[in-house]
Amino acid sequence: MKISYYPGCTLKNNAENFEDSTLCSLKYLGVEVEELPKWNCCGTVFSLSTDDLIHHVASIRNLIRVKESNSDKVMTLCAMCYNTLKRANERVKSDPESLDKINKFMYLEKVDYEGDIKVLHLLELLKDEIKFENVAKKVKNPIKNLKIASYYGCLLVRPREIGLDDIENPTILENFMVALGAVPIDFPYKTECCGSYQTVDKPEIVADRTYHILTSAQEQGAEVVIVSCPLCAFNLDHRQKETVKKHPDFKNIPILYFTQIMAIALGCPEESLRFDLHFIDPKPILNDKGLV
Amino acid sequence: MRINLSKRKIKDIFVTKIEEISGQNLLACYQCGKCSAGCPAIYEMDILPNQIIRFAQLGLKDELLQSKSIWICASCLTCNARCPKGINIAEVIEAIRQILLRKREDHLKINKLSDAEKENVPPIAIISSMRKFTS
Repeated sequence: MKISYYPGCTLKNNAENFEDSTLCSLKYLGVEVEELPKWNCCGTVFSLSTDDLIHHVASIRNLIRVKESNSDKVMTLCAMCYNTLKRANERVKSDPESLDKINKFMYLEKVDYEGDIKVLHLLELLKDEIKFENVAKKVKNPIKNLKIASYYGCLLVRPREIGLDDIENPTILENFMVALGAVPIDFPYKTECCGSYQTVDKPEIVADRTYHILTSAQEQGAEVVIVSCPLCAFNLDHRQKETVKKHPDFKNIPILYFTQIMAIALGCPEESLRFDLHFIDPKPILNDKGLV
Repeated sequence: MRINLSKRKIKDIFVTKIEEISGQNLLACYQCGKCSAGCPAIYEMDILPNQIIRFAQLGLKDELLQSKSIWICASCLTCNARCPKGINIAEVIEAIRQILLRKREDHLKINKLSDAEKENVPPIAIISSMRKFTS
């Protein structure tokens, strides 16, 4: 299987652990990943204004890159890229007039966009095309005894039209963790916002959100929390520094990308896990469980 | 809080602009409060999401444009997902922000943040906050 891949900015910076663990896992699963040539920023947030077409141009330009690479679908890892690209795609597909305007604006592009590209998240690729049971067959190092809480955040599930699972009670990550041999932990904050970009100038809001989300997961017995969004990862992991200052009773907990758990299960080398990028080191707990 | 209601305010262009930019019918709201009940940032807000809709219906322009709440909302869309009348509350809040931002009244002063504050913050955070909070 071959798949076009749109990385996005943060996968090449703070979230290299997300990218490296994914690329190693997909190699082990026999998937050929082809990074799009000349990709640009997705826009990071989908514009919620009805009259703001210019902010969809960046997303649609990336979909033209997919078309030029002779593919009909593109895989994303970052939840923000997934949401922004998919929503922009749905927006122009349902509104030919705005698609026409955007194409005319991008008149220097060799081809027009026709709404014919499918935007996929890695989780969808794993569930629907590779299939969880086939991943399970390739597990060399089952994630035994590790209690994992899956945190979805906002952008994988909302809005309903583009979410990849149930909007209030998604279970795709838990099901995937079961396929890797892990013990999934359910907790009520799994789709509650982490504070998102407020982290830039109002980190105290994020500290409160992180406190409530992670304390709730710990109360249910979680030993690590997994995520699929580099911004959630930053807020839940790196902002634990601010969280402890504001809430002295807070206990640190490691945050991992779900792909790092997959990479461990499939037997990827430790270099692909990039633990150097974490604030709270996940290695001690993984060592304890005999996983690394 | 003392609120003055007037026909002039209700018919103000401000209300029309919110409806146009957001694409929402403000009068569909019957104030059930489900949006505010589920909002994860409510404790930071001075006007609650259901009140934002009510204030918008009544054209209370100054109260909305000066509110802290419009800059607290991070468009997590929980309110939209739960509204029994299908109103996209996050879009209404976006429209109020846009009315200010389109006059170049930036909320985020990125130049005033220290290097220490910006250090290690992922590009995705900087870009999205600039997209949401600057013109």
